[in-house]
Amino acid sequence: MLNDRIRARLAASRRWHPAEFVLWGLALAAVFLLPRQLLILNEIAILALFAISLDLILGYAGLVSLGHAAFLGVGAYAAGLLAIHVTADPLAGLAFGTLAAALAGLVTCPLVLKGNDLTRLMVTLGISMLLLELANSFGSITGGADGLQGITMAPLLGLFEFDLMGRTAYLYSLAVLFLLFLLARRIVHSPFGLSLRAIRDNPLRAAAAGVPATRRLTAVYTLAAAYAGAAGALLAQTTQFVSLDVLAFHRSADLMLVLIIGGAGYLYGGIIGALAFKILQDAIATVTPQYWQFWIGLLLVLFVLGGREILHGGVMALVRRGAALFSRRRKAP
Amino acid sequence: MKLLTLLVDGIAYGMVLFVLASGLSVTLGLMNVINLAHGAFAMAGGYAAVVLMQKAGLPFIWTLPAAFVLTALAGAVLERLLYRPIYAKSHLDQVMFSIGLVFMAVAGIDYLMGSTQQFIQLPGWLQGRFDIAGVAVGRYRLFVIVLCGLLAFGLQWGFTRTRFGSRLRAAVDDARVARGLGIPVHALFAFTFALGSGLAGLGGVLGVELLGLDPSFPLKFMIYFLVVVTVGGTSTITGPFLAAMLLGIADVAGKYFIPQVGAFIIYALMVVLLLLRPDGLFARQRT
Amino acid sequence: MNAVLETRGLVKRFGGITATDDVSFMLQRGARHALIGPNGAGKTTLVNLLTGVLAPTSGAVMLKGEDITRLPRAARVRRGLTRTFQISQLCASMTVLEMIAMVIAERLGRGADALRALDSDSRLIEGVAEIVTQFRLVDILDERIDRLAYGKRRQIEIAAAFATRPEVLLLDEPAAGVPEAERRELLDSIAALPADVSVLLIEHDMDIVFRFATRITVLVNGRVLAEGDPPAIAADSRVREAYLGEAAHG
Repeated sequence: MLNDRIRARLAASRRWHPAEFVLWGLALAAVFLLPRQLLILNEIAILALFAISLDLILGYAGLVSLGHAAFLGVGAYAAGLLAIHVTADPLAGLAFGTLAAALAGLVTCPLVLKGNDLTRLMVTLGISMLLLELANSFGSITGGADGLQGITMAPLLGLFEFDLMGRTAYLYSLAVLFLLFLLARRIVHSPFGLSLRAIRDNPLRAAAAGVPATRRLTAVYTLAAAYAGAAGALLAQTTQFVSLDVLAFHRSADLMLVLIIGGAGYLYGGIIGALAFKILQDAIATVTPQYWQFWIGLLLVLFVLGGREILHGGVMALVRRGAALFSRRRKAP
Repeated sequence: MKLLTLLVDGIAYGMVLFVLASGLSVTLGLMNVINLAHGAFAMAGGYAAVVLMQKAGLPFIWTLPAAFVLTALAGAVLERLLYRPIYAKSHLDQVMFSIGLVFMAVAGIDYLMGSTQQFIQLPGWLQGRFDIAGVAVGRYRLFVIVLCGLLAFGLQWGFTRTRFGSRLRAAVDDARVARGLGIPVHALFAFTFALGSGLAGLGGVLGVELLGLDPSFPLKFMIYFLVVVTVGGTSTITGPFLAAMLLGIADVAGKYFIPQVGAFIIYALMVVLLLLRPDGLFARQRT
Repeated sequence: MNAVLETRGLVKRFGGITATDDVSFMLQRGARHALIGPNGAGKTTLVNLLTGVLAPTSGAVMLKGEDITRLPRAARVRRGLTRTFQISQLCASMTVLEMIAMVIAERLGRGADALRALDSDSRLIEGVAEIVTQFRLVDILDERIDRLAYGKRRQIEIAAAFATRPEVLLLDEPAAGVPEAERRELLDSIAALPADVSVLLIEHDMDIVFRFATRITVLVNGRVLAEGDPPAIAADSRVREAYLGEAAHG
């Protein structure tokens, strides 16, 4: 009986909440509901995937990074170069970008795991800057400051042409986001995911329980790099262009803001944050196209100074009220 | 002889970096606060000098103390109003917060002053170069080396020989113990923050000629300051000083001999040094 | 010779200070062994050397005849050497159930399994059920650990150590700071540990030591001052002097 209770409790944490079905349903319905907004929706889906990648290391394993754009960039350039020089097949490019970024993550991981939070911030920042300089220096391969041009993609699965409205692009990105989200959801609810949370919460306890922290962190760092690489590949393929901007510092900084808005450590933070961030960015850019960075900066400052607690507190209160209403209605008949 | 000229350039460059970053190393050591917005104070100093010279006709030499005082005041006010609430927060929060400030400063300066590169007219006696034993040395560079060298000596003296310095060192070593001994750590920190901001502002003016000045300054040089601090450690003045010299000389030499790799050398150097000595190249060994 | 844990000439220096000075001792299989000593005697340093938090300056640590001096912490745990901490080290954001499940999954070698759901693993569930029953945690399974009372946290600390199914258990001042009311329960669960688990108790409280231990090692200034059964230690004049000396100083 106790065993059943334990099983039920463990199963409860990975059960699907009704709101999750609603969210994914709406994301799919957007193809019909918002046919003119598909290009920006595509960007949101890609940013959400990128944010889930950071959430895996930051929210679950507690690893800070100021240079996560490095892997977005590796994925984007790898996919772009493959499309130009080898094959225009989107899925091959996606796989190639993902693997290239995973490899970059695996190689740089020992550098990142060494040291404390502060050196980690510096090293991640340094690595992304290093890659930016490399991409800039090897202009003959990457196109340098002009960007990687001349990417044309073959139809997806040989059937769906990439259209100007972004319909194929959005559905493609959404499908990849959804599949990788399912995988991430499975991973964070596995014993492996639990051990990551133990490392984040208390490294001493994790070690005393026999968790080999370096190996686990290497695994999740490589996985997160792969996710970021997939996001980069999607970006390169759906915009058919890669510029040095994919490696720029503001990409990593924006990503932090996305997770701050959405909240870290529950996967949906990345999706909700990406949605809010893009809407916000769009709104600010319409008012003051040149100075939107100022407002992003102001938001960061305000969030840290207490806005985050207010926002998340408010949202949680709303959710609780909604859940109470929902359960009352269910019990009523 | 070209080599020696390069060396002098590198030293001058490193000296400016030291003055720019010295405040950061003390605030980091003292309060364990990561302030990526330190470069914004330097930029503010540089722009203050530009405005004072162009609009008020102040001679260059007077803009140095003026920029110091202005940015020190700005530092004191901001410390009181903005920074104090974030001391207790996580490093990540501090990073987000100070990146936010950087973004605001970058966009704000762009709005007020435009995005173009700024220049200042050096007085005649600082222009040109002269020969020392066949080595061509820029007058301005020599001026920078002498001035920053004096500042470094002053800081080292203040840090090691005065009552203020010994309290500061105690507080950097262990803020909790220092508080227990009755050292007013908060007041000490506020003063140091203002001093560090002032030095950054001063460095900002000196750097206009050597590093350039435009709204992207805080972002462009953020990594340089961080290298100085992380490689030099936070418990001494000499650590960051040597790190700044190393960085200045490596950067000048790198850009001269292998221009195509650009700043690559700096980042590679930083990553390698951090790997070898995660607590800083010149940090004391802690147990 | 049935030593399950052994140190050979263990030395640890910090700068000029020798915190552990040529310590050689043996923990017999199934022992109820206590390590005592005045403040600053080097008890914590010794525990850190045994568990791999610190590397010794010289000397060796042997576990079941194997040299583990250079092994990382987690590898020692997997070989059966587990510790508790003087200050509870728990996973604050987890529920009691999650934290115990984490430890059990690691013991079963499932910790690297990224695709299996926790609730689909019956051995894991059995393991959790066994521990939460034994340590009377059934009623608080769903409580977040950071919301629990201090005494309960101490109990979870012991339970988490025990969940690794250790052969050697190092208890570092398990009753420190636990209120009298909750102390009984805690000491009972320690007394109930299976006989084949070898226990090294690091303790300050002589009451607990003499109630629990069948053998006592006294550490003073980083050296082993005396070792013997409780009556012998109680009668040892050097031990009394070391403790009285401490009492006289403060």
